[in-house]
Amino acid sequence: MIPVFLLGCWILLYFNLDSAVNILIDNILILSPGSHFTEALRFFLFEVPKILLLLVLIIFVVGIIRSFFTAERTRRALEGKSLFTGNVLASLLGVVTPFCSCSAVPLFLGFVESGIPLGVTFSFLIAAPMINEVAVILLFGLFGWKVTAIYVGTGLVIAITAGWVIGKFKLEKHIESWVFEIKASHVEAGDEKIRFSDRIRSGYLAVQEIVGKVWIYVVIGIAVGAAAHGYIPENFMASLMGKSTWYSVPLSILIGIPLYSNAAGIIPIVSVLIEKGVPLGTALAFMMAVIGLSLPEMIILRKVLKMRLIFVFLGVVAGGIVIVGYIFNLFLGQV
Amino acid sequence: MTRKLFKIFLDMEIKILGPGCSKCNSLDKITREVVEKNDINATIVKVDDIMEIMKYGVMSTPALVVDEKVVVKGRIPSKEEILQLLTK
Repeated sequence: MIPVFLLGCWILLYFNLDSAVNILIDNILILSPGSHFTEALRFFLFEVPKILLLLVLIIFVVGIIRSFFTAERTRRALEGKSLFTGNVLASLLGVVTPFCSCSAVPLFLGFVESGIPLGVTFSFLIAAPMINEVAVILLFGLFGWKVTAIYVGTGLVIAITAGWVIGKFKLEKHIESWVFEIKASHVEAGDEKIRFSDRIRSGYLAVQEIVGKVWIYVVIGIAVGAAAHGYIPENFMASLMGKSTWYSVPLSILIGIPLYSNAAGIIPIVSVLIEKGVPLGTALAFMMAVIGLSLPEMIILRKVLKMRLIFVFLGVVAGGIVIVGYIFNLFLGQV
Repeated sequence: MTRKLFKIFLDMEIKILGPGCSKCNSLDKITREVVEKNDINATIVKVDDIMEIMKYGVMSTPALVVDEKVVVKGRIPSKEEILQLLTK
């Protein structure tokens, strides 16, 4: 009963947000329409609650969906799959299986240990952080469904091909040797029995945990975006990172890799960059590098992978992102 | 059978598996709180060595191990659930 009531409130709020913000600005605060400050404030007051509402609803649903997908089930699904099929399946499962970079190592070990090819494991490890629910929600809220679909689609293609390429290189010898000495218990702990009410609870928990952590980045990101939206001149970025500068795509990836920001903070800022003349391909490449390739994760993975394999991993994924960036700059440009 | 007999005299052994992420720390914290509050005789060990963790076949951390049996993995259970798991 309570979820239904909450959903009602959600719909009421979400669909009346626009007019509520307009009434507040034009009729209550009586700010002069069209001035930089008014429009920046309007943008901020509208986007923050909108994104937060989307986050709450979708993460709740995702939390419930994810309770059906455990790392163990994913591993079972991937066992014995051939290279290409395995890559596709691993990338798709990477999107839905709960994952945090802190369990990248146990997951990697668990996969490799049960004979899942290295390339397939990498497809999972690329897709899982790159296509996460927070990124998808923000993209949808700030860019619309087209850009979201492009991001998810190209993200999957990169995860599948990069994993496949790494698989072809036969780099198993660059895994730290102790990995193969582990005698993991094969007595599977078995799936826990979960009642449906527990799944609902895991939805609430996911909201509490994720929204509790990212809301501040959403607020800051949109505040910066709102300020830039009103005050930075149109096409300011075009000269810096525009279409004509060939190096903008690789440069934005190089900047993106060490930047460890979460999707919640970076996407609102990128949305303004696009508005100010950064082409879509460059912006997409930047977001993918920031969200999908993070330095802390590399450091964690260094425990199980030799340096050379880390670089191959970085190189192949970054290469994929560069290609995606150029393709979109060539064929799409501005949205 | 002998194991069961021993259990009466031995403390329960609880292990928290996790390489040191924030989730692992909070599982450690609430487990300690539950044990303390309910006067459960138990030793709590935090395991952060990845080799040790892998011996339990756990792929998503944090995990809760009671008397060498993995009872929770990849999530933080509620206090009530922990209490239920420990008093069973």
